[in-house]
Parts: sequence; structure tokens; C-alpha cells
Amino acid sequence: MKLLTGNDLKTGAVTWWTGSDWSIHIEDAADVGEQGEAILHAEEGARRVNAPYIIAGEMTPDGPRPAHIKDRIRALGPTVRPDLTLKPADPTAGDWVI
Amino acid sequence: MYKYDEYDQAMVEARVAEFSDQVRRRLAGEITEDQFKPLRLMNGLYLQLHAYMLRVAVPYGTLDSRQMRMLAHIARKYDRDYGHFTTRQNIQYNWIKLEDAPAILADLASVEMHAIQTSGNCIRNISSDQFAGAAADEITDPRPWAELLRQWSSFHPEFSYLPRKFKIAVIAAEEDRAAMRLHDIGIQIVEKDGAHGAAFYVGGGMGRTPMIAPLIKDFVPLDDLLSYTEACLRVYNRYGRRDNIYKARIKILVHEIGADEYRRQVEEEFAHVKTLGIDPPRAEFDRIAAQFAPPPLDVSAPDDVDRSDPDFAVWLDQNVAAHKVPGHAIVTISLKPVGGIPGDASSAQIDLMADLAETYSHDELRVTHAQNIVLPHVRKADLHTIWQKLDEAGLATPNLDLISDIIACPGLDYCSLANARSIPVAQKIATRFADLGRQKELGELKLKISGCINACGHHHAGHIGILGVDRKGTENYQLLLGGSGAEDVSLGAITGPGFDEDGIVDAIERVTDKYLSERAEGERFVDTFRRVGMAPFKEAIYG
Repeated sequence: MKLLTGNDLKTGAVTWWTGSDWSIHIEDAADVGEQGEAILHAEEGARRVNAPYIIAGEMTPDGPRPAHIKDRIRALGPTVRPDLTLKPADPTAGDWVI
Repeated sequence: MYKYDEYDQAMVEARVAEFSDQVRRRLAGEITEDQFKPLRLMNGLYLQLHAYMLRVAVPYGTLDSRQMRMLAHIARKYDRDYGHFTTRQNIQYNWIKLEDAPAILADLASVEMHAIQTSGNCIRNISSDQFAGAAADEITDPRPWAELLRQWSSFHPEFSYLPRKFKIAVIAAEEDRAAMRLHDIGIQIVEKDGAHGAAFYVGGGMGRTPMIAPLIKDFVPLDDLLSYTEACLRVYNRYGRRDNIYKARIKILVHEIGADEYRRQVEEEFAHVKTLGIDPPRAEFDRIAAQFAPPPLDVSAPDDVDRSDPDFAVWLDQNVAAHKVPGHAIVTISLKPVGGIPGDASSAQIDLMADLAETYSHDELRVTHAQNIVLPHVRKADLHTIWQKLDEAGLATPNLDLISDIIACPGLDYCSLANARSIPVAQKIATRFADLGRQKELGELKLKISGCINACGHHHAGHIGILGVDRKGTENYQLLLGGSGAEDVSLGAITGPGFDEDGIVDAIERVTDKYLSERAEGERFVDTFRRVGMAPFKEAIYG
């Protein structure tokens, strides 16, 4: 699967294309298939998200996951500060990242 | 410490107003990211993995307590309650919102600080010796010259769009605590026939192509310092490789045309620049220098220290250095607790260090390129009290220059350029060698980790260096041995095939075990490596 990601203009937060909008949660990400470039260009025009780009991903029982380690770290937060990730209360939240 | 005059303050405030409008236009959709990116970078605002990152300049690493408290305030109000002190003697905040950036810059301007020229192909923050003005071995305080260079390089119209970024260091001691020869220009204030002058080393650097700067001029009269620096920059600006980003640093130019030819061209340019009259009148320099006058230290202060508390004595021996004035000392506060994140400090810790500076160190602090903090002017009689307060705040780790005093870049946990994580490796190594007796048995051992070839973690200059790379989507770590950023400057050599995260920790343990079995009396790790060479270490690592 292919995922579309970028950083939110106002906050810089990592964000994922859901099919109709953007979400900070990787679990909401949609497979953009062959439509990625078209969505990317349209969203660049909307100027809500910085530097969107398309990455390879895979579907897992827990939802979509980026293929590359860099985007897996982006998806959750720094591995060295679990308290600053999107799921600070879940000690197992980062098990799939590395 | 230098205090802004009305020109400094006006320049910084004008930049805040200008950037505030640029941010407004970006948020309103009036300009694109491609248009905005160079503008935000000129103000130190990067976009990293998780958020915007703001890099704040700390000129030559010197701060007062008011400025330090502002850094804590920014961490608390606009970030996530911590900051990261960097290998360029700056501080970075990792979780900045774009809409907050103008307010942060305004707060910084209120205490004579900014983020200007902390990015981009310009002259970056001038770095210096963290012990400047206090070191027993310096011939003068290098910071007035660093400040002069700061003023000269700020918004310099000719050097705002260089082929690549440009880093200058100024020191004035034989012991190089600033990695001077690994800068684009390294300036050492020296003495000759009773007069002070500047030795110029040009074309050093780390990154993709590490090089040690060759000596270009052994003695430039200090009244010519700006003119000679300008000549060095002009030759680079004219002939630097703008066609290839990987060959655009001055080190490549100096290497390709040779130090002799570069020197010839600089001398030719200098003869012209000298006619332009850009060096300030001596009275102006004296005005700047007067602001770096030594604090009023009591030369009759007691020189003895009560060492009866054993934990205090350990810290005293490791983290306290000689001061030029009897009865005083230089304290280095380690930001490297075992298992912690090198260079990170919470807002409470930053506030505490500001309080200690105000009460015990004549209101001065320094940021070191090794990501620690210095209290430069402390009475020996106050050392025990300071240690107690640091200990309560988790800031009394007695590991300066030991294997757990690790330099590490933010790596793939934060940085968009990184290929591998640096911090977890630093944490695992520090934990493996947590026993202080073991660390002290190993002695001075500078371990430096970079998460990519850009070498922000100075891995080339580590006695032991680690470079994180991406091997088919997996983190892999190369091991280097034998580097140094000090006066015995050298570049580390790669041992061989890389390791995974746990493997690199094991490899380092084999290296240190080999050192202990090979070392001669009084040898540091790097001394033994230089004497016996790579072969026995490779044998120990790979079998």
C-alpha cells in the first residue's frame, strides 16, 4: 500500500491522508494507491500541509504501518521519549516501530 | 559579558518584526512553503521529523542567568519543557509551533538573543573555548575577538549566500577545547615577541569529507584580524564549488587548490581588503573588550576544599577545573546522566543552573560543544554547596571526559536528515559502562556519535566514534577509532564492517578491554591506539 504524509503547517505535527482529510494518527491513514500524486498536488495547493510525500506502507492487524523506520518513528514519536509520543500511556505502543 | 548597544537591539527587533509578518503571510496562505522555507531557515526554524525545530544562537557559548532563564521559559511555555544543548554551543527546541515562532523570537530579543544565522549558507554562530576568561592556560580572553567577528558577520551582505555554511572558532589557549582545527576557519590567539596575534587555520571540518585545517598564516596582527578573515572568505566566496553541494565547503577548495595556492590568493586579497578600512579603530575594540573584563574575584579566597564527603570528592576530581585566579574553580555540569539523553535539560534544570550562575558564578554560564554547561567563576568555598544543589536536580554526574560523557546528535529520533538513531546507542553504552570505577579505570575517553554522515555528533573527532548509517532500511553503526578534536587533532579510522545497535555496544567493550590490556603507563585510550595501531583492535573486534 501507499501512504501520503506530511507535516501540518501550523504545528509541524506529522499528519496522514485519510482519504478525505488529514489525521495525526497513522491508524487513520488510507491507501492512496495510484492517486497519491494527484492528491499530493491538490493538497499542496490547499497549503495546509508542508512538503507532502508518498511512502510505502503495509497493512497489519493493527492498521497501516510505514515500511521505513524513519516514517515509523515519525508516526509515533521519538523512541527515547515514550512520554512525548502520541500514546504516552501505552508502554507497548512503540513495539512495532523498531 | 557583552551587552547589546542600540544597533544590536534595533537589528534584532527589526528581524523579529520582519519574520512575524512572514509567518503571518505563510499562515494566511499568501506564500508557499517553497517561498517561506528560506525565510524561516534564516531565523533558525527548521522542520524536523515531528515538528518545527528552533535553533537559538548562544554566541561563543556565553550566557547570563537572565538569558538562561529565558531559555527555560521558552521550553516551558512553547515547547515540551526541555531544551537540547548542541555541539555548536547552541540550544534547540524540538516541538515548536509555527504560530508561536514570532513570540519566541520576541522573547529572545528581550534578553539580547536571537536565532539569526543558525541555519543557511552564511557565517554561523562563532564558537569558542568554554573556559574563556577563566582558564589558567589562556593568554587572553578570546571572546572579544569572537564578539567582533559576530558583529562583522551578522547580516554581512557579501557573505549571506556563501557556497555553503561557514563555521568559525576562536581560542586563546594551547589546549584546544573548541575543536578549532575542525572548523572552516580556526583562529588561535597566540603570542610572538611579546605581542598578540592570530594564527589562521583554514579548511577544516567534519561531515562527509572530514579534514583538519592547515595553517594558512601563523601570525596576523590583531588589528588586521577582520581584514584577514574577510580575505579568507572572499577567496572562498569567489571560487567555492556552488555547482556541487558535496564539494561546496571551503575545505574542498583549500584541498583542491592546495594550502599554498589558497594562502597566496588570500594574501593577494588581503592586500586589497586592507585598503578598505574595515578593521575597527582600536578604541572600538577596546569598548567591546571592556565588556569582557574579568569579574571582581577575591584573590585571597580560601584555596582549600574539604574533601571529606567521598561523593563530592569524586565529582570535584572529575568535573572541576583550575581557574586562573587562586581560590576559584571552573565547574562543568554534566548533562550526561547514565541512561539520559546527551545535552537535554528540563526547564527546571535550566532554571537551577541559572540560579547557581547568578549566586555563585558572577552571573555567567557557558555551553560547551560537548553538550555540557559550565559555571566559569566559582569560589572553591562554594563548590560543596553547588554540588549538593546539582545532585538534588540530577545534574551532578561525575563523568566529564569519561566514556559516558558522550556527544550525540539528535539522530533519527528527531532529525529529518538522520539515517539512524544516536541517542539509544549513547544510552546503552553509558548504561553498559555505568560503573564509575570502571569509567575512571578507562580514563579520558571521548566517545562521539552521529546519526548520519553530516557528523553533527563529531564522530570523526571521537577517540571512539560511531556513525549511524541506513543499510537497506535497517540501522547500522560503523565504528571509528583514533580521532581527536583537541590540540592533538586527528581523524578517526573506520574499523571495518558495521554493527547493529547491540553489536556496536559489544564492539566498544571489546575495544576498551583491548586498550586496558595494551596500554602503557599513563596512556589514554587514544595514545595507546596511536602507538599500537588499528590491527590489535580489529583483531579484538572481529577475531
